[in-house]
Amino acid sequence: MAEIIQEDKHKGGKKKPKKHSTAIDMTPMVDLMCLLITFFMLTTAFSKPKVMEIVLPEKIKKNEKVEPPKIADSRTLNIIVGPNDKVYWYPGKPDPAALIPLQETNFSATGIRQVLLDRNRALFKKIEQFQQDVITGKLNIKQDSLQSAIRQLKKDDDTGPIVLIKFYKKAKYKNFVDIIDEMSIVGIARYIVTDLNWIEEGMVEHALGMPATSQPTAKK
Amino acid sequence: MPKIKIPHKSPHVDMTPMVDLFSLLLTFFMLTATMRPAEPAKVDVPFSISEKKTPDANIMTVTIASDNRVFFNVDNGPDTILHFRPKILEEMGKRYNIVFTPEELRYFEKNSAPFGVNIKDFKAYLAAKDSKERDRFQKGIPIDSTDNQMALWVLFSREVNPSVNALIKGDGSVEYPLVKKVLDILQDKNVNRFSLITSLEKVEVVDTKDAKK
Repeated sequence: MAEIIQEDKHKGGKKKPKKHSTAIDMTPMVDLMCLLITFFMLTTAFSKPKVMEIVLPEKIKKNEKVEPPKIADSRTLNIIVGPNDKVYWYPGKPDPAALIPLQETNFSATGIRQVLLDRNRALFKKIEQFQQDVITGKLNIKQDSLQSAIRQLKKDDDTGPIVLIKFYKKAKYKNFVDIIDEMSIVGIARYIVTDLNWIEEGMVEHALGMPATSQPTAKK
Repeated sequence: MPKIKIPHKSPHVDMTPMVDLFSLLLTFFMLTATMRPAEPAKVDVPFSISEKKTPDANIMTVTIASDNRVFFNVDNGPDTILHFRPKILEEMGKRYNIVFTPEELRYFEKNSAPFGVNIKDFKAYLAAKDSKERDRFQKGIPIDSTDNQMALWVLFSREVNPSVNALIKGDGSVEYPLVKKVLDILQDKNVNRFSLITSLEKVEVVDTKDAKK
């Protein structure tokens, strides 16, 4: 206020409204905005985590009697996930009398995937061909009906393996996800997560405890 | 001689366009921001090729940390007027004869971080002043058959919100028996469809193509 009065005295009679510059100093504002932008950029969850769906069979109630589904031994493939990223597999049914040698493999592209792919070639080819047709434009369908069409293909499949996935008690959750992931990569139509029975547990321990004897059978 | 006048340049830069741009960016980030709730434990999720995104609402998440603590979280429903979280906590309190005040319920509704707190410690957990004090109560939710609080959380979440989806966020190094236990608890409450939270792995897809050839 004092300043204005002083100015008036100097200029005498002529009253000229002081011209204020229209430019405001925006530096603090910019500073603040920079800060806020940085804050929001860092706290924003940009990419949402992905999910993998898995459906487990309904549990059988205690007083409920359900006939176990009949599956052909020739189509069954047992996969046992062991400790240290090891996977064991064997075809057919466990036999308490004669220990079936477990085949040891791993989670690489040439490991368990190759085993599954060999058995699931027909269905895998079909799905592959189908997807290729859609991409090249031979077939004109929408994305969501593509999914249901693939599901139908899997349902109709009757040559592929029925995979029973079992876990040894030292298996890691990472491998749990890996093996189910493998199923979707190879396009296995029928797979199920079940418990390890005592025969198989013995087989795994045999394979783990005596690597010298189990190695030659694995290489066969 | 007349002096040559050097044009006097002002050191001020016109910041208006910069401010314009910044406010635009700020508005964008503020509107798209979904706050990431603080995780009580670090969880390294395994990789998969699945490209499905996590749903926005109707989810209950069971988190399994690498130190075998189990956490639970449930969302408030697709609409804010639904208030699922306080309802679930209220039901839980009724079962254990704990009465939660409206303030506590409101606080629980607003802070949607995963919790691994025994229900008996819940009042103290909600009253905790800062995250350090809160962390002391994060001992993991009891999942033993003698005091299976996890089963009750799942049960009440499903009662309050029947369309809730089960999500499992597990650390890659957790051993299978614990995962199996959590799956069993969920299956006992008739949840048979699970979504496992994973992070995307791109290399794998290329690998399969090579393997196929």
